[in-house]
Amino acid sequence: MDQLENEVHPKILEALLKARNDYTLDDALENEMVLNMGPQHPATHGVLRLLLRLDGERIIGCVPDLGYLHRGYEKMAENMSYYEYIPHTDRLDYISPMANNVAWVLAVEKLAGIEAPKRAQYIRMMIAELARIASHLVAIGSFAMDVGALTIFLWTLREREKILDIWDILCGARFTNSYTRIGGVANDAQPEALAKAKWFIDQFEPNLAEVEQLINTNRIFIERVDGVGVISKEDAIDLGFCGPNLRACGMEFDLRRNAPYLCYNEMDFKIPTYTEGDCLARYFLRLDECRESAKIVKQILEKMPQGPVQADMPKKVLPQKDEVYTKMEELIHDFMIVNFGINPPVGEIYHAIEGSKGELGFYLVSKGDGKPWKCKIRSPSFNNIQALPKLVIGHLISDVVAIIGSIDPIMGEADK
Amino acid sequence: MNLKTLIPQKLKEKFPSVDFEVLDYRDELTIKFDKKSIVEVCNFLKSESDLDFNWCSDITAVDWATRKNRFTVVYNIFSMKHNFRLRLKADVDETDCKIDSVTSVWGAANWQERETYDMYGIKFNNHPDLRRMYMPEEFEYYPLRKDFPLMGIPGSLPLPKK
Amino acid sequence: MGLEAYLKDNGFFTTKIDAIIAWARKSSVWPMPMGISCCAIEMMAVGDPKYDIARFGSEVMRFTPRQCDLMIVAGTVTYKMAPVVRKIYDQMPDPKWVIAMGACTSSGGMYRSYSVVQGIDQFLPVDVYLAGCPPRPDNLLFALMKIQDKIGKTKASQFQNLPSGKDEIKLPDLNVIQNN
Repeated sequence: MDQLENEVHPKILEALLKARNDYTLDDALENEMVLNMGPQHPATHGVLRLLLRLDGERIIGCVPDLGYLHRGYEKMAENMSYYEYIPHTDRLDYISPMANNVAWVLAVEKLAGIEAPKRAQYIRMMIAELARIASHLVAIGSFAMDVGALTIFLWTLREREKILDIWDILCGARFTNSYTRIGGVANDAQPEALAKAKWFIDQFEPNLAEVEQLINTNRIFIERVDGVGVISKEDAIDLGFCGPNLRACGMEFDLRRNAPYLCYNEMDFKIPTYTEGDCLARYFLRLDECRESAKIVKQILEKMPQGPVQADMPKKVLPQKDEVYTKMEELIHDFMIVNFGINPPVGEIYHAIEGSKGELGFYLVSKGDGKPWKCKIRSPSFNNIQALPKLVIGHLISDVVAIIGSIDPIMGEADK
Repeated sequence: MNLKTLIPQKLKEKFPSVDFEVLDYRDELTIKFDKKSIVEVCNFLKSESDLDFNWCSDITAVDWATRKNRFTVVYNIFSMKHNFRLRLKADVDETDCKIDSVTSVWGAANWQERETYDMYGIKFNNHPDLRRMYMPEEFEYYPLRKDFPLMGIPGSLPLPKK
Repeated sequence: MGLEAYLKDNGFFTTKIDAIIAWARKSSVWPMPMGISCCAIEMMAVGDPKYDIARFGSEVMRFTPRQCDLMIVAGTVTYKMAPVVRKIYDQMPDPKWVIAMGACTSSGGMYRSYSVVQGIDQFLPVDVYLAGCPPRPDNLLFALMKIQDKIGKTKASQFQNLPSGKDEIKLPDLNVIQNN
């Protein structure tokens, strides 16, 4: 125990020892053990540290320790302009980078009172849905890999590579692309990108069915995850458990339907819901959501309107580079916007979108100058990990791995 | 009935002694009041059946740096039944840097308040587990305050030797 | 290609022991993926069928440091995480190499803030720095090839890292009941 007290801060140990445990065993062994599932672990998704209090192999207490990837996002936002912060938002939920860009840009546009044109909104919807598919593919792949089915991981990553190719054609970077701009998107979607998106959606369904065929009826997989990590609907809403995890508990809640943004009220899609609230329900839900997102992308590609992709507000929206080099007013506007910022009026807003993990929101306070006075990022993974102690108590250690995989936390946004 | 007019009316009926300041900016409602009655107001907003604010999105604080009441604690809540967002604000002064915790109302407030304590130093009374969230426990400063420099204070965080 | 071409004439070939050992070491570098943030995703992408890392001999990505020779630090290292990275590095047996993947590990990257270590070379000896945010998987394979070149040129005598006579290795005190 002496060695342990050097490693674990006494305050964390105290929190672990007095954590609520309403689980009792019939013949409890005398020895309890504190196990450190440390920041470097093959199965925690990123740098998540869990301190587990074990009785044999049963868990009777769990305290997550965050902060190993705390990069100071909110402090940096107070020191740079709204445009300069767009690449930083990429690295929040780094598995679906386009969705974070869209969330930030929507929040700033709400604060400044700018409206993007229709074509830009459709393009933003398309990239957000592709980001959701990419994120769910990685979630399914790594969940299956953690439980033991290694082939699924390679097959879903193969599909994801095709999405990254689409983004590569669209904006030049396959990953952490800062494609959206305040007032629209950076450049128009090329015909090759749209054609490749159409090709991808057409061949996506059979490939996903192939992946499902491997494990959906596999007895080992089902017995490993069925009934594991159950949470009730009331507990989930109370703890802020959001995204696909909440929909697997029986609550039909999706910000694309309940508080629509962009053009989601013109799209026709279902919100899949399951009622069991265990790991298997969350897995099936992610598969269903992939299919719904593919349906939405198909509709977007059919209905995409023609038009400009940047709003016509010269004092707030960055002009195109070739005009900056040749015309006078654009040069002046570029200089003013880059150096002094877009200067939204004094006020504050909170805007949230339905990211692939849940409600991703930005709370911005503006004092009238080019930099935000305060930026708070409401990250879904932070709240999802808060529910983790409730989910693992009473299970075995190997179930912890399956539960973390099914919640799908991303430490980049949980630690900000 | 429109929730935007219903909420201030109901609050004024139920809490006649509390002074509510209501703002409406960009289609969002903000209500500001004194920090003493925060738990009662939150309980009322959650339990009243035609308001039903059961989802706590976010709790944070704003540092105004030079004003008399230095901090403002901000609560962003959402009602799933009516799809309506509301913001509550309460001022906290630097000399009396404490406010009551709303963990008894929403369980999601637990970690959000810990993070606010870690970043700003505002203590929450009756919080079940008030520890630091992101910075190591030995860290002595509060990073998001306006007087803390962006690059940090040299020597405040130890580094292993090469 | 390879050994069979040499062996087909005589059934033997002459070489230096240095060259043989270096060839064996560089063709089977087992990486230890210290995947911390976004660069870890590109490291996962290096393992997938499109940018296959298995053809370089590095398919075995063991997560235990005791069985690896190459540590790929992928992702931003914060002050809270630095002792953990150092501990894992110390647990790796010699000879070992380090790739600093991405801008965050090389110099702090785009994070000039209070909690990010501005470059892991402040507490780790680094062999190859890799630029990019995140570097493309082809870029990581290029860094791997550079490490393989470096291993190929190292003489076997430089691998010996025995402690000098003064500070001997202290064995732990085991409570063993000895018979003789």
